[in-house]
Amino acid sequence: MSEKIKFTIDGVEIEATAGQTIMQAADEAGIYIPRLCAHKDLLPFGSCRVCTVMVNDRPQAACTQPVSPGMNVESETEELRQIRVNLVEMLFVEGNHYCPFCEKSGNCELQALGYRLGMLAPKYPYMFNKHDIDASHPDIYIDHNRCILCARCIRSSKELDGKNVFQFVGRGIHKRVAFNSDTDLAATDVSVTDKAIENCPVGAILKKRTAYAVPIGKRKYDSQPIGSDIEALRAEVK
Amino acid sequence: MAKPKIATASLAGCFGCHMSLLDIDDRILKLVELVDFDKSPVDDIKKFTGRIAVGLIEGGCCNEENVHNLQYFRENCDILISLGECAIMGGIPAMRNTIPLKECLDEAYLNGPTVYNPTGKIPGDKELPLILDKVYPCHEVVKMDYHLPGCPPSADLIWQALVALLENKPMDLPYEVIKYD
Repeated sequence: MSEKIKFTIDGVEIEATAGQTIMQAADEAGIYIPRLCAHKDLLPFGSCRVCTVMVNDRPQAACTQPVSPGMNVESETEELRQIRVNLVEMLFVEGNHYCPFCEKSGNCELQALGYRLGMLAPKYPYMFNKHDIDASHPDIYIDHNRCILCARCIRSSKELDGKNVFQFVGRGIHKRVAFNSDTDLAATDVSVTDKAIENCPVGAILKKRTAYAVPIGKRKYDSQPIGSDIEALRAEVK
Repeated sequence: MAKPKIATASLAGCFGCHMSLLDIDDRILKLVELVDFDKSPVDDIKKFTGRIAVGLIEGGCCNEENVHNLQYFRENCDILISLGECAIMGGIPAMRNTIPLKECLDEAYLNGPTVYNPTGKIPGDKELPLILDKVYPCHEVVKMDYHLPGCPPSADLIWQALVALLENKPMDLPYEVIKYD
């Protein structure tokens, strides 16, 4: 079962286990591939495409593509950085992302990717669509303005919490996360300790009464780019 | 050789970005050796006195006057910079963008719980600049050459970007100075 496979990412030879995805193998080798919908505790999903890499000159999602012997993967190229930053910029203009007052600012994966990929301002026109806020639950609130439709809450609830609190409704631009209740979030069996709450990469699902606890300068991505933890493994792997 | 000129403006902003510009501390002495300040709320010069090397714009466009002012800057500045989140994405004023303008005005002047307005009218004096349907980021109104994010952009970011521009060097900005908050 544990057949070893060799392939390269940006010219670096990687040893992986058969059945792993490119992203899993890269993470173990200490090579960070940017991602938003992918999460180490969740099954591969492949919706955001931020982890797009070139595999033998064809674009593939690193989070879903299995490794195969001798494959030539490119990740840190200017072309791919441009694709990734375009995706991040589209998410910024589609939602209403007010970083200046968002509770998640400094710990937000979308924002951190903007920093890492060099986004100074999105090049696309802002949409300013109206989205709802649900603050019905005593411990949790949901701000759909900041939702990037990564489905981490949906998948975490099913795969990790053994519940089924969230689901997508609507298509295209009308797609949004809905709750498994006839009324609001408070009427579901969601709990503040659910992984579905913790695994939101942005400020869309937040715990009440926990805001701004960490001062500016000491938050997760204030001085270290996202992915630094994975890249720190590289020194050890070498 | 005459020093290059810098101009600044605050459109729909809170002057926080201008405060951050002043927050470069004693480097402001070095800055006045490098440049002359032209039209700006800092020195209260109202009209451009010549061609401007760098224009710094704080705030987005929420009314007609903001648009005219921004266009006036674009005509007179070689390089125009969006300074801060409001200039870049509308910021706090843009929170009204998801609400129809009439609802905003009704709430502000007629229906709000603390409103005292015996005339029962929404202000419409000709002297008041016409409010826009929504708040626009600067780059959706005129061409902007650079964007310096932050709320406010840090003094270090403003300083390093300005010095790079004035000395014609690449803008090699460290990770820590680029923040959207």
